[in-house]
Amino acid sequence: MTESPTTPPADPNEPVPPVVPAAPVAQEPVAPQASAPVLPPVLDAGTYESLRTPRSGRALALDGVWHQISPRYVVSQYVQNAIFIVLAVIAALVLALAFAQTWVWIPAGVLVLVDVFTLIILPRQARALGYMLRADDVVFRRGILWQRMVAVPYGRMQLVDITQGPLDRAFGISQLKMVTATATTGVQIPGLTQEAAEVLRDTLIEVAETRRTGL
Amino acid sequence: MTDSAGWTSQPDGDPTPAVLPQGGSSSQADGEWHRMHPLTPLFKGGLVLIIVAGIVISNLRDRVIAWTVSVFAPGESKYLDYGGDPVDWVLANNLVLLVLLGVLALAILLVVVFWMFWRFHRFRITGDHVEVRKGIVFRSHRRAPLDRVQGVNLTRPFPARIIGLAKLEVVGAGNDANVELEYLSTPKAESIRADILRLASGARAARAQVRSGGARMPAHASMTSQLVDSMNVGVSDLIAGVDLADVAPESVVKIPTGRLVASQLISAVLWVLFFGAIFVVAMSAAFFGMTADGDSSGEIIVAMVGIALGMGVPLVIAVVGITWAQISKSLRYSIAPTPDGVRITYGLLTTVTETLPPGRIFAVEVTQSLLWRPFGWWTVKINRMSGKSAAQQQSGNAQQFNIVLPVGKRADVERVLSLILPGAPAQDLPLVWEHGILGPTVDDPYRTIPKRAWWHRPLSWKRHGYAITEFGVLLRRGMLWRKLAVFPLARLQGVSIAQGPLDRLQNVSGGQVHSVTGPISGTLSGLERDDAIALLDRVSRAAALAAARDHTHRWGEWQAEIPMPSEPPVSPASPAPPAPVLPPPPAPVLPPRAPEE
Repeated sequence: MTESPTTPPADPNEPVPPVVPAAPVAQEPVAPQASAPVLPPVLDAGTYESLRTPRSGRALALDGVWHQISPRYVVSQYVQNAIFIVLAVIAALVLALAFAQTWVWIPAGVLVLVDVFTLIILPRQARALGYMLRADDVVFRRGILWQRMVAVPYGRMQLVDITQGPLDRAFGISQLKMVTATATTGVQIPGLTQEAAEVLRDTLIEVAETRRTGL
Repeated sequence: MTDSAGWTSQPDGDPTPAVLPQGGSSSQADGEWHRMHPLTPLFKGGLVLIIVAGIVISNLRDRVIAWTVSVFAPGESKYLDYGGDPVDWVLANNLVLLVLLGVLALAILLVVVFWMFWRFHRFRITGDHVEVRKGIVFRSHRRAPLDRVQGVNLTRPFPARIIGLAKLEVVGAGNDANVELEYLSTPKAESIRADILRLASGARAARAQVRSGGARMPAHASMTSQLVDSMNVGVSDLIAGVDLADVAPESVVKIPTGRLVASQLISAVLWVLFFGAIFVVAMSAAFFGMTADGDSSGEIIVAMVGIALGMGVPLVIAVVGITWAQISKSLRYSIAPTPDGVRITYGLLTTVTETLPPGRIFAVEVTQSLLWRPFGWWTVKINRMSGKSAAQQQSGNAQQFNIVLPVGKRADVERVLSLILPGAPAQDLPLVWEHGILGPTVDDPYRTIPKRAWWHRPLSWKRHGYAITEFGVLLRRGMLWRKLAVFPLARLQGVSIAQGPLDRLQNVSGGQVHSVTGPISGTLSGLERDDAIALLDRVSRAAALAAARDHTHRWGEWQAEIPMPSEPPVSPASPAPPAPVLPPPPAPVLPPRAPEE
């Protein structure tokens, strides 16, 4: 892991999408301008440093600093999937050799192929995951071919959930989930380092607390 | 009812912080435990008795048939052979007395059990919560915070209505989060509703302020007068059924019965067409099938008549049933403003009265089907937290729950909109009507699908789009089935945009405005990419601003903070909205559209 804690992930080599004049009158003085929460540098410690975005200039893009996830997420996923593949193959072998059930190779083969395919695109996907804490909301992005961005205003967050599987724990990463009053927003950030997840959770809850309203 | 007392003129009573003085207008909101109406177990347990009686009767069916036959046709003795059953056995063994004693003991046992259930079923209303305790063996204790109350419903099922009982339901936010007080006498339920709403509004601040001002309120009705009231209400309720005593009559929206029936009949045309198509397909399939099999024409005719009756009758019943259910649920509809929110009443046999406090509405949609267009009728639906479990949400009653105006003309729709969205500024109205519902005009302020991406919505691409104001996001969709949805920014849960490879080729993107589960979806597709990104940027920012201005979760408290003398006269139709604290510039939040490419 290359540690460069304070460097914001901005890659000059990245084919920068033309900056969209999406909001020229960015903030009219309607109310006191809230500023983005101050984040400790731990969020960017040991993460990817460049966001993988679609090459097309027509892709979705936002100005601002994207925080990324840890490369250990990919390693952890690889280990998990490798264990899964090994188990599947063992099960298939037992069935095929001990019980002479040759049909078992078909479902086992499909399973393994699908799994291998997801593993192939996983590093790309992991580099495309990102989140940004703006003045009023947290934005989460994922996907390259199929891009999706979700913005959730801070005051709308009902709870923040950190989950960690056994292998995740071994690699020191965890998943952070933001729950709002509606099921469809569904923001989940996998592969945060343990420290980043905790800092992010505390920040989000703190900010949400100051801006909470009714549902 | 002392419902109309409202939050502006509180009685100057006991200043305990937790409860209303003297228990509020119902004398029940005093932080003590109270019981339901004594007839409650009869209604809840009565169902069991009816089922048992049904089983007994159906088991005695043979005996009843045989007895009937022996009376009318004594010759048909073969039907008298219904075999031995317990009745014969009892008669043969001279055990009649014993059996009667057993039945009596069972009845007494049931009464005792019901009484026990009633004893253990209690509710309590404190300053911050409403609580219900029930159960003897399996106990449950449910407590709901008042500042998250999403509404209070008063349901009067038909049998309970006859003896003047009502069910009070405090709607919470979440799955299966409702607190039900069933059953209470109707007047008591109404005054408890008023108390709950008053407590939920955070009216204690208001009360303190009023006390310093020295305002007084007439004394509460005594218990006896309430009792007399209750009987009067019970009788008059069967005729009128709608409690509108405390609202200004001119602010009430009602639907003429003729229009309601006609609108539902027109909607039924769709069902007729649907079932008719099934019928025709089935009939022709049967006909060609039999012809191909070489059946004789006589056989075919008989079979066709059989199929036609066998299929046609259920289909007709289905159409009539659906239409009748729709009509009977929407009859006697009225919507009126009260100090604690909008009150919606509907239902012919089972009357439901909902009270929606301000700011509990997550989205509003005005729709019009093609068939209604010649008549200029519209429907208004809302997204709200129903507090029901997922299974309950599928039921027809839950669907009704989301309709605030079953059918209305433009004037009705405008009044309903001003009632349920009291904070909406007047300058947004043309955006709703001229530009929104009535379709794109010249100088369209909506961001729509560009021509190159017309295939996303082949018919409605010119209409399909959004606009943002300081109050909400407006989504205009549909050409044949015209829809306009308003998502108040203060209640917005999030925004998302998504782009697939095809979209990227065309430089467009889909978007979605997230609100709570309900009939109104917030999805848009094929927007100009920059418009989609602007949606994400602008909506989020505007939502945060709107949320900061919003104080509806304790609406009375907020009202009280406004200095009394300088309180701006809000429009008569909206008695309790948060007064708009915005500077008035009506500048559209969106920048003017840049020339394309």
